[in-house]
Amino acid sequence: MLVGFLSAAIIAGTPLLFATLGEIFSEKAGHLNLGVEGMMYMGAIIGFIVGLNTHNPLLAMLGAILAGAIGALLYAFLTVSLRVNQTVCGLTLTIFGEGFASFLGQRVMGSIVPGDIKGFFVARPIPLLSSIPYIGEIFFQQDIFVYIGYLTIIASAYYLFRTKKGLNLRAVGESAAAADASGINVSLYKYVHILLGGALCGLGGAYMSLVTVPVWQEHIIAGRGWIAVALVIFASWNPIKALIGAFLFGGLSILGFRLQSMGIHISQYLIDMLPYAATIIIVIISTRKNKKEDMPPADLGNPYFREER
Amino acid sequence: MIPLKITKRDDLPRNKAIMIRTFSVALSIVFAGLIIALLGYNPITIFTSMVKGALGTTIRIQQTTLKAIPLIITSLGILVAFKMKFWNIGGEGQIMMGAFAASAVALNFDLPKPLMLLSMAIAAMIMGGFWAFIPAFFKAKMGTNETIFTLMLNYLAIKFVTYLQYGPWKDPSSQGFPKVAAFSDSAILPSVFGVHIGWIIALILVVLVYLFLNHTKKGYEISVVGESIETARYAGMNISSIIIISMMLSGGLCGLTGMIQASAVEKTLSASLSANYGFTAIITTWLAGLNAIATLFVCIAFAILVQGGNYIQISMQVPASVADMIQAIILFFVLGSEFFLQYKVHVHKYLKVKKEAK
Repeated sequence: MLVGFLSAAIIAGTPLLFATLGEIFSEKAGHLNLGVEGMMYMGAIIGFIVGLNTHNPLLAMLGAILAGAIGALLYAFLTVSLRVNQTVCGLTLTIFGEGFASFLGQRVMGSIVPGDIKGFFVARPIPLLSSIPYIGEIFFQQDIFVYIGYLTIIASAYYLFRTKKGLNLRAVGESAAAADASGINVSLYKYVHILLGGALCGLGGAYMSLVTVPVWQEHIIAGRGWIAVALVIFASWNPIKALIGAFLFGGLSILGFRLQSMGIHISQYLIDMLPYAATIIIVIISTRKNKKEDMPPADLGNPYFREER
Repeated sequence: MIPLKITKRDDLPRNKAIMIRTFSVALSIVFAGLIIALLGYNPITIFTSMVKGALGTTIRIQQTTLKAIPLIITSLGILVAFKMKFWNIGGEGQIMMGAFAASAVALNFDLPKPLMLLSMAIAAMIMGGFWAFIPAFFKAKMGTNETIFTLMLNYLAIKFVTYLQYGPWKDPSSQGFPKVAAFSDSAILPSVFGVHIGWIIALILVVLVYLFLNHTKKGYEISVVGESIETARYAGMNISSIIIISMMLSGGLCGLTGMIQASAVEKTLSASLSANYGFTAIITTWLAGLNAIATLFVCIAFAILVQGGNYIQISMQVPASVADMIQAIILFFVLGSEFFLQYKVHVHKYLKVKKEAK
């Protein structure tokens, strides 16, 4: 029972995982992108349409990556090159992404993901690992998309904290001016990581439309992009903590219905409040503790203009 | 390297600024037109029917006004916070909590109409103000990041109202349909010229907020804190109290929007009542250049876009999503044009020299 619930929590948490990771990259480059929800919609619809037409799961994922990255490119051009206010621009991107998905979605409304793609994303136990009691059942009897999520987390954590480029990226987010002075190409770093962030959000969206729901429906993302924005803070900009947070939030999002099926009546809407309340408490605690690694990148939200140094 | 050099403009003549803005709006309409044509519609028909749909008849103008009212009042609330560079993106939640408090009064008390409406408005403003006080308090005392805090409070408020609607406040006489009982007649705002008096309240508030921000001591202090905390501290201002008071004012105005929407539009409490006004208001406030009077006009323009979008959906079977995309494209262009208001782009001299050498 518990194992089944935890395993379902991972499926519910996977779209959050990708989107949170994407937003971490963007924020580490100093850009608060509130367009996560919009980019997830773009990835969800393009991934779905490509999947429907090609019957190829990998092309569908590639389509979602590109769609998310294109949304992010729009945002990057406006906020990095034209120095537009990040909050306003991100919100606009969310309006755009939702409109975009809802428009393209009209023609495929109610269509079902082709069988070959569904077949590709069935649970595939990993030999050896999946036979570990409990842990194996929860973590290693999932679909390929989830495994890609694990790998992305590990790769991101390594990249951010163990490579020179990751160090440079963090420098850009902490102080763009100082990074520039030390010879880092600030604009290039910002563009690359905002786009990478968008690509990951696109993948998160595609998980919803290709695996979780596998039917196209309006409002498919349903606010998950915003939860991801909260999760970034919850995870204090750390990919490993993002993994824990995403599965925790995923679990909470299905907890109410599980409890109800067990005869315990707690409103799902009250349980839905928990992740947000938890995030607020974490924001307060992290400001109180004033621990450097739990703080947002110091230059987050500030436009950088070289000539103004 | 790109042979461009960017410098900050010292001052921009007013007519040139207006020219750049007009040009960017025109360009955005042309671009949106291209997109519409690509989608297989006639852009000219779409645009003209949007305008007709928003302003063509008295009833349509009333509909547009109904959409403008919550946007104007919420934008004024957001404006007070933004003036201080306090990024209140919690308008949604403040609207919801305001609506909740107003509904609590409307559903539990039996008062004569004027007293009822007044108590609802006061309750809504206090509750909205309280919802804004929480992040303001932590910002003022501990420096907690307000963007994330206010964003989270939106969800708490929306989930809370959803819980009420599906749980304890569900109308038992609605045959299982999850809705809150409708307000009695004394809790519903009266109308003037076919639109509820929210439009008069909105106009009065525009003037009041303008006067407050530009012609009072508190208003001046708010802009000083927004410009530079250091300067404010040096001048001996009580920064904590300025942050808390103006944030409560900001939340109070958003709360009032909640009361007006619950009373005059929904005629009850509903989880979809805030309808993204809290987010849209951020965009309108920013586009208006943080000016109360300009906010009025930007909000009206936005309401025309929204109402026009609804109209083409009904009359021409064009999905509302097309209108959303047009809205976003226009926004992207106008936002992008801000850059040219603040900076000047020159082509590098050496490139010119090279050209001459040829």
